[in-house]
Amino acid sequence: MTTSREVAGPQTVRTIGDDAARSGAERASSVAQLDRPGDLGYARDSLPPTLTALAVGVVLLALLPLAYLLVRAAGASPAAWGLLLQPRVLAIVANSVLLTLAVTTASIALALPLAWLTTVTDLPGRRAWTVLTALPLVIPSYVGAFAVLAVFGPRGALQELLAPLGVERLPEIYGFFGAWFTLTLFTYPYVLLTLRGAWLRLDGSLEDAARILGHGPWSVWWRVTLPHLRPAIAAGGLLVALYTLSDFGAVSLMRFNAFTQAIFVQYRSSFDRSLAALLALVLVAFTLALLWAEQRTRGRARTSRAGSGSPRPVRQVVLGPWRWPALALVAGVVALGVGLPVGVSALWGVRSWATGESLTPLLRPMAHSLTAAGLAALATTAAALPIALLAARYRHPLVTWLERGSYVGNGLPGITIALSLVFFGARYAPFLYQTLPLLIFGYAVRFLPEAVGSSRASLLQVSPRLEEAARGLGLSPWRAWWRVTWPLARPGIAAGAALVFLTVMKELPITLLLGPTGFKTLATEIWSATAEAFYARAAVPALLLVLASSLSIGLLLKEHER
Amino acid sequence: MLPQLPRVSVLLLLSAALSVLVGCTTLQPAPSNPTAAAATPVEQPSPTAAAQPQQLTVYSGRNENLIGPLVEQFRQETGIEVSVRYGDTAEMAATILEEGKNSPADVFFAQDAGALGALAAKGRLQPLPAEILQQVDARFRDPNGRWVGASGRARVVVYNTDRVTEADLPDSIFGFTDPAWRGRVGWAPTNGSFQAMVTAMRLLHGEDAARAWLQGMIANDVKVYPNNSAIVEAVGKGEVDVGLVNHYYLYRFLAERGESFPARNYFTRAVDAGALTNIAGLGIVDTARNRDAAERFVAYMLSTAAQKYFAEKTYEYPLVAGVAADSRLRPLTELQTPNLDLSRLEDLEGTLRLLQEVGALQ
Repeated sequence: MTTSREVAGPQTVRTIGDDAARSGAERASSVAQLDRPGDLGYARDSLPPTLTALAVGVVLLALLPLAYLLVRAAGASPAAWGLLLQPRVLAIVANSVLLTLAVTTASIALALPLAWLTTVTDLPGRRAWTVLTALPLVIPSYVGAFAVLAVFGPRGALQELLAPLGVERLPEIYGFFGAWFTLTLFTYPYVLLTLRGAWLRLDGSLEDAARILGHGPWSVWWRVTLPHLRPAIAAGGLLVALYTLSDFGAVSLMRFNAFTQAIFVQYRSSFDRSLAALLALVLVAFTLALLWAEQRTRGRARTSRAGSGSPRPVRQVVLGPWRWPALALVAGVVALGVGLPVGVSALWGVRSWATGESLTPLLRPMAHSLTAAGLAALATTAAALPIALLAARYRHPLVTWLERGSYVGNGLPGITIALSLVFFGARYAPFLYQTLPLLIFGYAVRFLPEAVGSSRASLLQVSPRLEEAARGLGLSPWRAWWRVTWPLARPGIAAGAALVFLTVMKELPITLLLGPTGFKTLATEIWSATAEAFYARAAVPALLLVLASSLSIGLLLKEHER
Repeated sequence: MLPQLPRVSVLLLLSAALSVLVGCTTLQPAPSNPTAAAATPVEQPSPTAAAQPQQLTVYSGRNENLIGPLVEQFRQETGIEVSVRYGDTAEMAATILEEGKNSPADVFFAQDAGALGALAAKGRLQPLPAEILQQVDARFRDPNGRWVGASGRARVVVYNTDRVTEADLPDSIFGFTDPAWRGRVGWAPTNGSFQAMVTAMRLLHGEDAARAWLQGMIANDVKVYPNNSAIVEAVGKGEVDVGLVNHYYLYRFLAERGESFPARNYFTRAVDAGALTNIAGLGIVDTARNRDAAERFVAYMLSTAAQKYFAEKTYEYPLVAGVAADSRLRPLTELQTPNLDLSRLEDLEGTLRLLQEVGALQ
């Protein structure tokens, strides 16, 4: 592929050059101007054998839950198949689709301004807001929903506050609105974090070039910035959609009849794993449909830099008087997404203090949480890289299917993944069953897409020709990747690791079913207390969960900024 | 030059190091329960315990906050090392079924008779010895002797004391279909105890009566909650005036929020499905490696010490004669429970179909 073809490409404005930079990358990319055969970009035919083998191995393991579902569904009676086509099943399918679309749209709409404010503007306290706006992701959805209800529910805090003004009833929170509100509030960070990774990697000189060519601010945004951010938005949006699809905690507390409810009824009430498996397969079909839709949005645009020179950070936007409404927006979202659950937990804590509840030492659960989340982030990111690299660089049917395969587990409820690994673990790997490695494996299967999506989006921004040039200068493929691509893509890859870390911190069903016996985490402690209405005992682990996560996310995001 | 070791690597290395530490402590069998250890002074296992401590694995659908201290007492008294895996009752049952022959579980401690019945029906529980079974009234154990109840849980009506008095309440839950109760009642149709009650209703009063009641409740704008504690919470706030729940949740709220919490229990006067008493109970899994220790664990849960614990700490009904229930409860002997074999509650299929048919469940 030649540079001239790049320039003629549709979609994006290319840079003309930026002479400010002095780095290895610059030397590398100037060599890239030469028309070399064996270009790494968008090869349609041959895939690199080692990378492909690695990716195939990872995806096969990630498809274990699907294999389990097929085994179980094969045992379903013919009558069960008929049950799938009942009108009420179709009605809850419609419910779930509607909720998924609404939450995804709202999350993107919320994450875009937040990401912009916390990456490219001079918002006061920007670094602190960066951490705080990512934090709602660690709130378990049942805790989040509980907090939302405590404030906005009938007879909640807000109604009590407004009661002197004669407000007897608030608008109904239960149902679609409550589920939509809660899920948006606690999942938008998926988009925010992937988006930040992309924004930080964006080459400011692209926007400058567009301005020089006479485009106004809106035109630059629509024709330059947004197209470059689109893979990240789509990747984050997909994670939001899959989370919404697989969530049970928030929809059940908000009394919204989503599809997961039907699956849980089968597990919990009739112990019918075959019918539950059939229903879960419907979720797999959903997931594939969502992936197909996401892939349609990708189009054929390229988002890596084509020009020479190293990228220049995007110009900082001076907010001026606009910083006040901006602050109000960010503070408002943080107050709802972090302040609300923390406040409710603190209230539980005050009660426990008042009733003399002993505050049990929670160092061990905290160490377990950090360990499990840290190892899961590491393992999942490592497993995701081969898939992300292939997906970013090659157009090939196998690659498309590998990427889709890696997402299958994410649309399933955690309990389904957990039971599938119980099935395979106890039967075929008893020496690994109920050990830390299998637990980490379970997390990796469930959260693989969080790392794949984010890594792929950031790798797309690194021109394959840089790596190619490094190889032209005599580096081996691995060294070229390590010296050139990895440092450039690292912020986005770190964002993916952060996503995995935060979601593992709150994960429950896999931890309960696959962890070593007696392996308690902060999330299982919160569950253990709230499940039997010992709310006071949930306070300390809930607050520690937020605290430990915010410290960790602070570290990860610093990495992100470099 | 290699890039400087980034912070993310430091963080991950740190957690890897932590994991080695944690691995050393947790991967060993039978970690003791720190909550319970803090609550009761730790003693050395009694010298009578075998030189080689026995191992026991319990899968518990009962919460650690409820039985953790009891398990610790058992460990101290017998010297048997117990590992307990906590989870949701139905999910634990599903786990044992999925594990097949390699299940590490010796004992299953379930929150309701339905899950025990499901395991027994699949041949996954072994018969218990007669001396264990005989301690409990035949109403509260499996007729085939594969599981035994350890504590009783009664269905009651919880009501808001600011808005309703006991005299206003109907004799039976069938009375809540009256238009006077429109929009004032809460229920939890996804809850296992509720579904067991509907199963009992079908068995005692017939399919049509159960359907008519469910339809009447829905027509009367019954409010749906995810579980019992959410109902008690909502009744306390006055979101609904009454709720259909298990009896013991209220006493935990009272212990936590104080006596001013404006809700109390009402034991319905009529002897019907609305007054069902279900159990939490135990069974020994067919793949149990240590049958002797498993039997001792089950027997311990029926001991006077354990029965007293259920009465005083979890506010449930002790099921072994000679231990009195909490004084705020109507005594078990006076509790007009309907005459129903609890093992018949194991088949929930018909109940689920009915709940779905009337639109109470999706």
